[in-house]
Amino acid sequence: MNLLSDVLDFFLTVESWIGEDGLLVRTADHLGLSLFAALVAVLLALPPAVWLGHRRRGAFLAVALVNIGRAVPSFGIVALAFPLSLRLGLGLGFWPTFVALVALALPPVFTNTYTGIREVDPATVEAARGMGMTDLQLLVNTELPLAMPVIWTAIRVATVQVIATATLGAVIGWGGLGRYLIDGFAQGNDVWVLAGGIMVAGLAILADLAFTVAERWVLPHGLAARGRAQLDAIAV
Amino acid sequence: MILAQSQRPFVDWSWIVGHLDDIWARTTEHVTLTGIALVVGLVISMGLSLLAIRYRVTYQPITWFTGVLYTVPSLALFAFLVPFTGLSILTAEIGLVSYTLLILIRNIVAGIDGVSPAVLEAALGMGYTSRRAFWEVQLPLAIPVMVAGLRVASVTTVGLVTVTSLIGQGGYGAFILRGLRRDFLTEILVGTLLSIVLAVVLDFVFLYLERRTAPWAHRRVA
Repeated sequence: MNLLSDVLDFFLTVESWIGEDGLLVRTADHLGLSLFAALVAVLLALPPAVWLGHRRRGAFLAVALVNIGRAVPSFGIVALAFPLSLRLGLGLGFWPTFVALVALALPPVFTNTYTGIREVDPATVEAARGMGMTDLQLLVNTELPLAMPVIWTAIRVATVQVIATATLGAVIGWGGLGRYLIDGFAQGNDVWVLAGGIMVAGLAILADLAFTVAERWVLPHGLAARGRAQLDAIAV
Repeated sequence: MILAQSQRPFVDWSWIVGHLDDIWARTTEHVTLTGIALVVGLVISMGLSLLAIRYRVTYQPITWFTGVLYTVPSLALFAFLVPFTGLSILTAEIGLVSYTLLILIRNIVAGIDGVSPAVLEAALGMGYTSRRAFWEVQLPLAIPVMVAGLRVASVTTVGLVTVTSLIGQGGYGAFILRGLRRDFLTEILVGTLLSIVLAVVLDFVFLYLERRTAPWAHRRVA
């Protein structure tokens, strides 16, 4: 196939990789913004989710958030962030994309973390209290470790989703790997389209793998063996 | 230009009133794109689930493959298809269907697995063949879990349809894209809000259907 060899050529040409709009810079931009947005979302969502889960309150909020998060189209969020950011004087490109990605990652991280903590077996919680644990000890030594597989899955899913959605940033003037796709669609350049698709898909799958591999170090030893927690992920 | 923007009203109602037939046309398009994806996705998922239930060894590879499909970002998936199928509805549907598979298959299999073995045994004891027990006992009892999957898949698909505007389809996504290109907030808002409304409506439709087809699932508190 001609196209496939052209794409291979594209990847084998040094010029494709270097420079302001080369593969290296765009991949680094894409990954950098995604990880930054995912990190901010996790930092914002974890404390309230952990606390509410521990107090066993706010179930309604958790359900509502995840349903809203699923119903709101991510393309709409990215698109809305753009004119709002212009009006707020934040400019185009980086900030609107960042804000949209954080907004998208918040609901799944919050709800899954909340559910993970809340669904720790009440008998275990009671046993911990019976042993004389304080609230904080209970949270840190019992609930958090037991909920860790679910929390980690939530972070993994959110991060992969953010990497996927960051592609849409190209529509609102940001760089990243989405540029190859958007510019390729617009100019009918199938080599860019295919090369961009390979890069974005590869990045998402690699990120997913990296989180799975890291489970070994992140999860408590006794729990890691139970295997991956299953969630209804939301992909873009 | 910046000045002109700030003087524009937040929501331009006259635009909405003047574009009602446009909105109706996009609604039809959005519903069609979603509907085709769900029907085709359900048929494929049903087939693969039956395979997975009949031959357990296939379940792992099937969920692995559909899981990878699920992880691939939608735009990237469209990118793989565009060089071959063009900026067409076929490209959009292949992508949309791909994303329904994992959710649907997982729920269909979990639904069937969740049927109590005692119920199955009772059916077999009454002289049901295992084929008839599957279609008339196990499958109906699995409806609530299956519909739960269908609800998640439909809401997700409605949102994803907006992305297909980038490959020339899109339903409400076309409003979002055009609003972006013209920096016209009203159009972006209309596209986004209508997509949310459609997702919620579809969710309720499935909820209603589930109550009609599996009324026992909601009668257990007595």
